Amino acid sequence: MGSYILKRLVSAIPVLLGITIIVFLIMAMIPGDPATAILGAYATPENVERVNRSLGLDEPMVQRYFIWLGNMLTGDFGRSYSLNRPVLDEILERFNATLILAGTSFVLCAVLGILAGVVSASRQYGFADKAITFTVLIGISIPSFFLGMMMILLFAVNLQWLPVSGMWPIYGDRTLWVLIEHLTMPALALAAVATGVVARLSRSAMLEVLRQDYIRTARAKGVPERRVIYGHALKAAMVSIIPVLGIQAGFVLSGAVYIEIVFQWPGVGRMLVNAILQRDILLVQGGVVFVAACYVLFNIAVDVAQSLLDPRIKT
Amino acid sequence: MRQFLKLLFRNRLAGLGAIVLGAIVLLVLVTPLLPLPDPNATATGDRFLRPFSAGHLLGTDHLGRDLLARLLYGTRLSLAVGLAAALIAATIGSAIGILAGYFGGRLDNVVMRGVDMLMAFPYILLALAIVAALGPGLLNALIAVAAVNIPFFARNIRGVTVGLAGREFVDAAKLAGMGSGRIVMVEILPNVLPTIVIAMSTTVGWMILETAGLSFLGLGSQPPQADLGSMLGEARAALISAPHTSVVPGVMIFLIVMSVNLLGDGIRDALDPRLKSGALSRPRATTAVDRKGPVPETPQQGLLDLQELQTQFHVGERIYRAVGGVSLHVKPGECLGIIGESGSGKSVTALSVMGLVASPPGVVTGGAVKYDGEDLLSADYKSLRRKRGENVAYIFQDPLATLHPLYRVGDQLAEAIRVHHRVSDAEAKRRGLELLRSVRIPNPESRMRNYPHEMSGGMRQRVGIAMALANDPDVIIADEPTTALDVTVQAQILSMLDDLRRERGLAIVFITHDFGVVAQLCDRVAVMYAGRIVEEGMTREVLEHPLHPYTSRLIACVPELGGGRRKLEAIPGLPPPVDKLPPGCAFAPRCPKAQPECQKGEIALFTKEERAVRCLYPEETFLEEEMADARLAGE
Repeated sequence: MGSYILKRLVSAIPVLLGITIIVFLIMAMIPGDPATAILGAYATPENVERVNRSLGLDEPMVQRYFIWLGNMLTGDFGRSYSLNRPVLDEILERFNATLILAGTSFVLCAVLGILAGVVSASRQYGFADKAITFTVLIGISIPSFFLGMMMILLFAVNLQWLPVSGMWPIYGDRTLWVLIEHLTMPALALAAVATGVVARLSRSAMLEVLRQDYIRTARAKGVPERRVIYGHALKAAMVSIIPVLGIQAGFVLSGAVYIEIVFQWPGVGRMLVNAILQRDILLVQGGVVFVAACYVLFNIAVDVAQSLLDPRIKT
Repeated sequence: MRQFLKLLFRNRLAGLGAIVLGAIVLLVLVTPLLPLPDPNATATGDRFLRPFSAGHLLGTDHLGRDLLARLLYGTRLSLAVGLAAALIAATIGSAIGILAGYFGGRLDNVVMRGVDMLMAFPYILLALAIVAALGPGLLNALIAVAAVNIPFFARNIRGVTVGLAGREFVDAAKLAGMGSGRIVMVEILPNVLPTIVIAMSTTVGWMILETAGLSFLGLGSQPPQADLGSMLGEARAALISAPHTSVVPGVMIFLIVMSVNLLGDGIRDALDPRLKSGALSRPRATTAVDRKGPVPETPQQGLLDLQELQTQFHVGERIYRAVGGVSLHVKPGECLGIIGESGSGKSVTALSVMGLVASPPGVVTGGAVKYDGEDLLSADYKSLRRKRGENVAYIFQDPLATLHPLYRVGDQLAEAIRVHHRVSDAEAKRRGLELLRSVRIPNPESRMRNYPHEMSGGMRQRVGIAMALANDPDVIIADEPTTALDVTVQAQILSMLDDLRRERGLAIVFITHDFGVVAQLCDRVAVMYAGRIVEEGMTREVLEHPLHPYTSRLIACVPELGGGRRKLEAIPGLPPPVDKLPPGCAFAPRCPKAQPECQKGEIALFTKEERAVRCLYPEETFLEEEMADARLAGE
């Protein structure tokens, strides 16, 4: 297993390099003088000169790429001009918040989605199945940002059950309970679409598996139905559910950008949107590379989970 | 195409989606002709008018602009931008895919690597990076969304093209001296076009939503021009004081996305033929029982009694009578063979015993299955479950498909014990090990930790047998347990089953299509044809003096070693489909001795002691008087 993980990590290196190349090429499309783009229109000539030197902007493209890559590998993502602090510090702080939000949503979408799919499949065409199918259809059709706004109207403004937005109150204690209160709505709004997708897929995966011969064998052995469904069938269905969870993690991470805006969550997504509006190029560049790299690593973890589940995968 | 549309609209939800989407598209097409106020005309005095205000059906926004007009023009813009993005992504992506797939080699390699890398991004990061480089704006958002979706098209179309590039008509075109460019345009493109269209129809909804999303973030359309996303984004500031300004564009996005989804699902279902036959129905925990008549009150004859059992498959309007009134009994320690061609209903008979016929579509419609006098068909799920594996166990045909691929063999064995007996895991494993030993698996300790795919077919079937033996059942039903195995392995398994039966006093119901196997193992044999028993008797008697013409034909099918140059006779024709059974003898159409009266009416099973036959003209004299009466009655 250890060697398999190592092998997957090594195979991720070209993908990670590819990501940096793509981001670099996209940023090379910026019209005009890069140093001015990085520092903003009101930069002093001395600062422009300094940036040009530190990023090697007067060098040819290939060299510039390697200077940039080398800087990043040593932890130097540059300095955000709009925030006047190192890009990496800002990213790490913001990523923490995104991780809490997206991680919660991911767990929610996996647990609720699989559960809904299994219940739906095991009561095919029954009331529960129809109710779940209908809810899922609505869930995957509401844009998350609109759903978030409607939730604010209902739960924060009308019912006043939950705080309107933010991660922490400006004054007051930062307890776990306060965090949960602030997290509930954004996490649910963000999880909605992914939950629907996972539920649909789990339902069809379960229906497929339940027709297999080994399910009949389990029943012939006298295995209780509950265990047939939640043990034998679900375990086999997970083989096709797990890869989709990996893909959905990407969608949750993407959706987090909207949800962070709607709920003013201090995460990477909101940071990126603000950075774009402020034309803070280094911050955008660093944030994109950092999050994409994390996503690649997450997908390795998904592959490892898959190989733990399915002994037929050669490790 | 007509068929496709019919299928599509039979799905009511898809029809609904098509109607809603059609209505929206129609509405935005005629928008410039409607008597609407200028969507960008501000009137700060009329800010945030509620819906149904005079002159403003949907009210006004924060600058007093008419929401209805803005909604329709915004929808128009959103649909146009989404569609444009889809067209651009489809064109560029497909071109890349076709080139990579057609030329292959290094080009393909480089392109696909690039596609993989692009797909490693969560899609919005890529879009944000592009917008960051180009600057906010609707056109740039469109470019970003199109670019993000290019890899999807490139990968899909490449796959289809690779398949086409190796086909004969492409080779023929090359031989005819056509240039690559012409081959791509004339031979490849028309063939991948349907895939491109389908891929577009499944992604266009996404692209509408993605551009709306970027506009929502303030990175897409810039004021005063508004698409649905930026309307929603601008309204967010007044979410609490004037919620209608958010609800109006939000609901429109929701309607568009939902109708596109419904339509997409409908298209997918219409294209996926598996769903038509209802084959994706899940089998329930037990077979459905819907007996039309009373439970037969026949006195107990054996340990396991089947009395006039009828099992049918209800598929749509059709009714397949897989088992049409079968009576059998198995005494303790006895081996009963059930023999017949595939489709004769022997497996369904066997699976009906413990309610294992997949249901839907299977339904037991009559008769009884009695274990030690108790009717299993009227038993509730709990007591039936307790008997499964504990009193009556099964061995199935293909052990690779019938063992769970993700559990270790030892765990599957231990589970069989633990679902019936309260023992510790260690104790269950110990017994499992013993079982593996008793079915003569070498190195049972290490085999316990194997997964099914790590074993050979013969070893797997031994595991299957060990699992059946786990709780010392009284009856084992073996459904063609050796059919999937090599002949040598088959012989080993058969002799092992025979030994186990004698050691443990097991009753075995052995289902097979091979009279050779029956001769080797079974005390008694029942011959099935088209869901009914046509002959029954002690194995030796049936083999030596077959009564039914079908039985003698079946026996003639077995090649005999050293039997000289006897002609092997196949039975002409096929068994009748069990949803359209002819009246009278089902074998008559294939029978050389058939007379008109054979196909007139129901033919009874003539029974004398252990022997029985369902035939008016048996191969040897049997119950002469009764048969003569029956023949006369038939005329």
